[in-house]
Amino acid sequence: MSLQQSDIEKVAHLARLGIDPADMPEHIKNLSSILDLVDQMNAVDTESVMPMAHPVDTAQRLRPDEVTETDQREQFQAIAPQVEAGLYLVPKVME
Amino acid sequence: MEWEVVIGLEIHAQLATKSKIFSGAATAYGTAPNTQACAVDLGMPGVLPVLNKEAVRMAVKFGTAIDAHIAPRSVFARKNYFYPDLPKGYQISQFELPIVGAGHLDIELEDGSSKRIGVTRAHLEEDAGKSLHEDFHGLTGVDLNRAGTPLLEIVSEPDMRSAKEAVAYMKKIHSLVRYLEICDGNMQEGSFRCDANISMRPKGQKEFGTRAEIKNLNSFRFVERAINIEIERQIDILEEGGTVNQETRLYDSAKNETRSMRSKEEAFDYRYFPDPDLLPVELTSEDIEEIRKTLPELPHQKKERFTNSFGLTAYDAGVLTSSRELADFFENVVISSGNESKLAANWVTGDFMAALNKAGIEITKSPVSAEHLGGMIQRIADNTISGKIAKQVFEAIWNGEGDADTIIEKKGLKQITDSSAIEAIIDEIIANNPAQTEQYRSGKDKLFGFFVGQTMKATQGKANPAQVNSLLKKKLNK
Repeated sequence: MSLQQSDIEKVAHLARLGIDPADMPEHIKNLSSILDLVDQMNAVDTESVMPMAHPVDTAQRLRPDEVTETDQREQFQAIAPQVEAGLYLVPKVME
Repeated sequence: MEWEVVIGLEIHAQLATKSKIFSGAATAYGTAPNTQACAVDLGMPGVLPVLNKEAVRMAVKFGTAIDAHIAPRSVFARKNYFYPDLPKGYQISQFELPIVGAGHLDIELEDGSSKRIGVTRAHLEEDAGKSLHEDFHGLTGVDLNRAGTPLLEIVSEPDMRSAKEAVAYMKKIHSLVRYLEICDGNMQEGSFRCDANISMRPKGQKEFGTRAEIKNLNSFRFVERAINIEIERQIDILEEGGTVNQETRLYDSAKNETRSMRSKEEAFDYRYFPDPDLLPVELTSEDIEEIRKTLPELPHQKKERFTNSFGLTAYDAGVLTSSRELADFFENVVISSGNESKLAANWVTGDFMAALNKAGIEITKSPVSAEHLGGMIQRIADNTISGKIAKQVFEAIWNGEGDADTIIEKKGLKQITDSSAIEAIIDEIIANNPAQTEQYRSGKDKLFGFFVGQTMKATQGKANPAQVNSLLKKKLNK
């Protein structure tokens, strides 16, 4: 399957990735070949196989409902670009 | 043209766990910003989410209560989008394999009939943080205390056909999650909120119209108003020959209108995929049975028992079982009253609830205990006091003056049932009012009320009303 430049631009935008136009042909080629591999796998009859949700074939371990974390706001906010009144400040987003 | 509305609801219920769904941070409401947001909630590199067992148990409890299929294997997925209150750049949710599958519950309609509403699914996910848009020099402040709070998203089938039905369904789910003790149901604090999907179609048409989704409705009143205003908006568009856009809208309660959320015009593409940080959740049928056994008596079961064993009307039983606290209170009143269930229902749904409403007090904080109210009802039933005097006694109990017996004794409110005492009073009244007696005896029946009033006045309301009536008749008709 061969991807268009617009496909790459769309997924890059959704992932908020900036792409150097010079690298575009390379990305088109690599991502298209990954989809070729998917096509190849799609051709295999998997009718009787239960899909895996994870490469490790085991179940989720559950944690008891206990509060184990203490307040470490000072440390976390020390590495934040901007904070005020205990809040993390970010560029304005409005509905 | 006659239009029909089609409504489906997505209800978000915050699960009442102590810690978050994937981290050991606390979930308490109203603490200082970001003091309950740990490295996992902040989406720091290298952290690993570990699922809270209690959140799973609560989701299954809900599922078993609505007769839903519980998935033996469910999977968490990443829902990808960028917003500052979601630091990871994705929300951990469930997509293809939710923990709770199709179920249903019945709502009561205004005409007394009931209607079955389908629940498509209910899945576990994490809540996002809160954005504060005011007073930060043009920046947005982010509080991530809520990020990672467990949510159960309950998705209904598009089965509702009016705003009233939608509210009845939402109230039913609200009551259920509180009965199950899996959500505190506090709508002001956002523990229980709802999105509504609304579309119109010509009455009789099978296909659905294009729907709009109204986000974040956090009161029953707003749900009803927002749906009705959206119905009007869509009908106006359709009748002018236009088409409804499939979009997300916000309800503005101040202006009572819905408006498009412009920032979301760019079509969302969440690119769900299984979260590699989490393994599938597996539940055996024994696990599920174990949880099913912990189900309390459910609202509809309790309602049935109240009508059958207490002889209550369906309406009273519905009111009394609307919350578990009220139902428990009522049952305690019945016990303390010596099984005077009908009188107890009248008092609880009448004067008692009116007093709570007037004072704006929750039943759990009631100044009148179930034992005191039951004790008073017992005194009405055994004719110690009349229903009228009981209102005085109730007020005194409310004001903390003690139990009914103490108050009746202290204030001398005991009903006069000694007929010779009442007869003496009546004789005196007849002697003092010869003109009225004369008129009554010559056919002016209306004056009977005058004599009843005089007698009650003379006894300060303590005479047994039925006894007064029969004694007066006897004396006056001589």
